[in-house]
Amino acid sequence: MTPEAVPQVTTHETPLRRFAGEFRENRVALAALAVVAGIVLLAVLAPLVAPQDPYDLAALSLRDARRPPGFVGSGGYTHWLGTDAQGRDLVSAMLYGLRISLEMGLLAGGLALAIGTAAGVTAAALGGRIGGAMMRLVDLQLSFPAILLAFVLSAVLGQGKLQLVAALVAAQYAYVARTAHGAAAAERHKDYVAAALSTPLSGARVLWRHILPNALPPVIVVASVQVASAISLEATLSFLGVGLPPTEPSLGTLIANGFQYMLSGRYWISVFPGLALVVLVTAVNIVGDQIRDQLNPRLRR
Amino acid sequence: MTDEPTLAVADLRTHFSTRAGLVRAVDGVSFTLGRGEVLGLVGESGSGKSITGFSILGLVDPPGRIVGGSVRYQGRELVGLAPRDLRTLRGREVAMVFQDPMATLNPMLTVGRQMDLVLAAHGRVRGPERRARCLDLMTRLGIPAPESRLAAYPHELSGGLRQRVAIAVALLNRPSVVIADEPTTALDVSIQAQILREMIGLVRETGVAMVWISHDLAVVSSIAQRVAVMYAGRIVEDGPVRTVLRAPRHPYTRGLLDSLPARARPGEPLAPIPGTTPSLLARPEGCAFHPRCARATELCRTLDPERRESDGHGFRCHHPLEAA
Amino acid sequence: MVELLFRRLIQAATVMLAMSMLVFAGVYAIGNPIDVLIGPDASQAVRAEVIARYGLDLPLWRQYLGFLDRLLHGDFGRSFVYGVPVLDLILVRLPATLELTLSAILIAVTVGVPLGMYAGYRPGSPAARAVMAASVVGVSVPTFWIGLILILVFAVWLGWLPAGGRGETVRVLGTEWSFLTLDGLAHLVLPALNLALFKLALMIRLARAGTLEIMLGDTVKFARAAGLSEWAVLRHHVLRLIAIPLVTVLGLEFASTVAFAVVTETIFSWPGLGKLIIDSITSLDRPVMVAYLVLISLLFTLINLLVDLAYAALDPRLRRARSAA
Repeated sequence: MTPEAVPQVTTHETPLRRFAGEFRENRVALAALAVVAGIVLLAVLAPLVAPQDPYDLAALSLRDARRPPGFVGSGGYTHWLGTDAQGRDLVSAMLYGLRISLEMGLLAGGLALAIGTAAGVTAAALGGRIGGAMMRLVDLQLSFPAILLAFVLSAVLGQGKLQLVAALVAAQYAYVARTAHGAAAAERHKDYVAAALSTPLSGARVLWRHILPNALPPVIVVASVQVASAISLEATLSFLGVGLPPTEPSLGTLIANGFQYMLSGRYWISVFPGLALVVLVTAVNIVGDQIRDQLNPRLRR
Repeated sequence: MTDEPTLAVADLRTHFSTRAGLVRAVDGVSFTLGRGEVLGLVGESGSGKSITGFSILGLVDPPGRIVGGSVRYQGRELVGLAPRDLRTLRGREVAMVFQDPMATLNPMLTVGRQMDLVLAAHGRVRGPERRARCLDLMTRLGIPAPESRLAAYPHELSGGLRQRVAIAVALLNRPSVVIADEPTTALDVSIQAQILREMIGLVRETGVAMVWISHDLAVVSSIAQRVAVMYAGRIVEDGPVRTVLRAPRHPYTRGLLDSLPARARPGEPLAPIPGTTPSLLARPEGCAFHPRCARATELCRTLDPERRESDGHGFRCHHPLEAA
Repeated sequence: MVELLFRRLIQAATVMLAMSMLVFAGVYAIGNPIDVLIGPDASQAVRAEVIARYGLDLPLWRQYLGFLDRLLHGDFGRSFVYGVPVLDLILVRLPATLELTLSAILIAVTVGVPLGMYAGYRPGSPAARAVMAASVVGVSVPTFWIGLILILVFAVWLGWLPAGGRGETVRVLGTEWSFLTLDGLAHLVLPALNLALFKLALMIRLARAGTLEIMLGDTVKFARAAGLSEWAVLRHHVLRLIAIPLVTVLGLEFASTVAFAVVTETIFSWPGLGKLIIDSITSLDRPVMVAYLVLISLLFTLINLLVDLAYAALDPRLRRARSAA
């Protein structure tokens, strides 16, 4: 950040440190942050911690298929959460599934943020007819449900990681663009930006130095929600069979695979991957809520 | 009953425990108000004058809390009163008018509806009478064509009319005490004067007692009989308006007077009080005004002055100005 | 009011035009348009005949105009899978989806708004904390997984409610309705609840945020100072003030509720539009996809129109300002 963008601080605390201090006061949010960190760590280390490589078909045995939690399989170890229809250890499948879900969520959420912020801030900086037209388009898209858009796009584009990311980004960027535009447009109308625009500073410099830093806080608030909803949307699409191919099973795929066995009471195949998904998304949302509350000046006393 | 003041506030303390520390917004405020009397409560923003008003009605929002003192209304203690009893008292015995009618009136409801809700809250006036009471009060407050105003929404009225409506809402249940928190500050000077005149007339007519909160000594001098000057959560000077304005004993009051444009001699610059209002978190030791006071001595830095009084003119100062 | 309606209608028509362009581009231009019109096993002669009939050799803008012309005449073509006109297929299933969606929204509003207002009124209380915790889970838990759990608990384990289908229906106004029979109602409960949960959580959060802010404002303080009871303050002032953002979001969310019905209908085998679109996507029944998207856009546009009108009815500032303009 440029020195000009750093707000004046009269106390000895840096804004970041004060932010962390306030965050720490909410124990629930702190616990949620720990959960997110723990899940990310587990997903990253999946090949090391998982008792089994779920993609290694040679290691699977149909004799182990659809066994309840606690079953000791032919591999000689306990399947703490049971096995799926192919005889896969569910713990291992979930760890690898988390990896894929997180990867998709971060990739799609991150890209949606970058593209949305760029679009929103550019539209605000341009203003006038062109900026207005850009936002009109964004609004039009916003009135169309994201899930349906992602759904149709992933159906049209076909199965695959990149196609799915593209569908998720297309479905989500508009929300970020609206948020960034709102903040940036408010900033643009302030006197100091008008003053800066009238100096020989180039428009791009004003955009970069003044408008963008001020449009960022609301976007940061949106960020965690975007990642959480990308993960959730990906799972939904995969559950409906238009998301990831079966060769790359995310949590949503695992849940879908277990659905048909649910009515016969073999709940664990769907329930445990679902719980992992719920815990992850909930934890991310709680962290996001806390950040939002802390950044919202209206709720401050 | 006769010698009992309508409102008696004694050693009222309202503190806010915030993240940054304890804020003593109101810290030992005392005053009395007789029937039909108007007391001007004057101070800069942050002096605790509005919080004093809210404290009387028991309307302090958390994290604020009345931590001590007493508020007696016609001999009845209001501090610690059950919320239900306090509720029936508000509006009917003690009412309050706020600064910004744009923020106080509900933009989604018509004027008539808002008045009706307030009358219904106390349930003393029934159906057709309600309308008559609203119209009567509006007429007395100088609202032209009151019939059509009842059907109007707040945004359709001018600023002056809006504030008159807000005042009417507060007076509907005929309270004996009105706390007016800068009700004319947001208005044009000419409308301010009109409303002041109407309020003075209303006070004379109905015998309602009033605490007029303002930062503007000039406004207060035109409506109040007595004035109390607040600084950092305390009343530092109080007495009859004329005496206090002509011969203030507290240097702070002097400073306030000197910074009034109307008081300045032509050609001479205004004399603002040096320094700024102290943060209530870090209230200066001793007399809270000493860092801004030209007369301050070592005594002022260490010892908080007690209230002294002569001829109904009270002040908290170690080195008071000369009496008239 | 008439002028407002007129202006809104023109806007809605513009939006529909833009939407139809997007759908045209999305489905016709990206995919091979011939696949949209005829089955993959058609002969060369049929192929050439169709290309000529639909003018697929014409420039893109001419094709779009033709597409638009057919749309306006309600001609969406025939479904590859069912072999019947697409429009009939859709109209038969629309009531089931509307029934499900409206039930879900009704649940979300009638339960969510009071809970949210309470949570905003007493923000620190244990009950409010519990409501908020539930709402965080509510917006976080994916709809499809909640559906599975509902089936598992209420249909598989407890056996109280059926796991899928519409149950017994009654014919009223030319269409079948589930909510009029006890059996139908039993079938409706789980899917409606499933679809409602996300919106319910959203309503709670919105109502809480609005109440929290308004409770700190001067309107409430002034009403309290005038002696209004807490109930009157909430009922007459707070509810009126939070109504506008609630209606806005509700209007926007109606569209996404219809969209999410795709998920719920799949899980509960609810024979509505969502089930149809899922099937059409997996079987590449493109005429059905196009028709669904166009009709859904039309539905959304209509709802936005209704929301705007509801706005004007709710907010006096808007009502007078617009009719004066």
